[in-house]
Amino acid sequence: MKVMIMGCGRLGAQIAMTLDSEGHDVTVMDTSAAAFRRLREGFGGTTVIGNGMDGPALERAGIREVDAFFAVTQGDNRNYFASQMAKQVYHVSRVLCRIYDPGRERIFRELGLETFSPTSMGAHVMVEMLLGSREEAK
Amino acid sequence: MYIIVAGGGKVGLGLASELLNGNNEVLVLERDPARVAQVSEELGDSVMAGDGCETSTLDDAGVARADLVAAVTGDDEDNLVICEIARSRGVARTIARINNPKNELLFKKRGIETTISATQAILAQIEQELPTHEMISLLKLHGGLELFEIKLPATSPVVGRAVREVLLPPESLIALVVDPGGSPRLPGGDTRLNGGDSLVVVTHRESLDMLREALIGSTHGLDT
Repeated sequence: MKVMIMGCGRLGAQIAMTLDSEGHDVTVMDTSAAAFRRLREGFGGTTVIGNGMDGPALERAGIREVDAFFAVTQGDNRNYFASQMAKQVYHVSRVLCRIYDPGRERIFRELGLETFSPTSMGAHVMVEMLLGSREEAK
Repeated sequence: MYIIVAGGGKVGLGLASELLNGNNEVLVLERDPARVAQVSEELGDSVMAGDGCETSTLDDAGVARADLVAAVTGDDEDNLVICEIARSRGVARTIARINNPKNELLFKKRGIETTISATQAILAQIEQELPTHEMISLLKLHGGLELFEIKLPATSPVVGRAVREVLLPPESLIALVVDPGGSPRLPGGDTRLNGGDSLVVVTHRESLDMLREALIGSTHGLDT
């Protein structure tokens, strides 16, 4: 599968390395070259310096050929904007988007995006951890 | 009307004061506390500290009863999100400021039709002030017919086409083609048109806009 990842932070780099090691064709985009240091040595994918909200930059990075697009920068609104570009302008078949703010995440999901909120998910898991362990202690 | 203005920069402040003068109920949302204080000096209570991209801020502002939300921050992604949240809360009319004209397409695709781009506004103004910049009237003839000289820009839709392929408005005729070197030719159907050519065209005064569109092209069609 051809995959493009916008944002090479911890999450972006982790996704990139996992998909690369599983044999997928990965392109990672970030506005800062320093971000690519998070990729381990031997990473076989492509790195592109550029802004994922900019149509021409996305085109140069090959967005028209990808099967999936991840929007995982630090900014919820940037991720939303780039996801809608990928979906509505470039018709990428799978667009996955990280949204920290649970309120916004719900709205964007209702608007048809595949969203993931580490805040909601993390809260859920940690509450489970606490209550789960209390259950066990009983 | 109750109008929420998201973004208390120069645009937001100017817009809000105008709207207040027009006896509307206005609330400016601004996330920078220092800027909130500045806006408050001019608008009093009509400003609230908070990020207009947060659902909770918009809810506190009473977005559900707003007649209109204007998203005028300096960031297009924020303006898009503000409009989306407002619409999801039932606001019928949203207006977005677009800072980068390239982003207009996405706003249109998202169904946010009323977008305001300073670049586009200035372009439209220039166009209006210089409407016949590339079209010079040479002679008025009888019956509303007029003779024009039109210089083809390189971006003209007819560059590279033969005269017979050019779709002209009714009662119009390309009478003469003058190349950039100044040599005139009487065109036949096979004569090819090049950028920089000057055409002498007979047309009806009422077809002027159609003629301009046909030979010069739309000057505000950045959308693909």
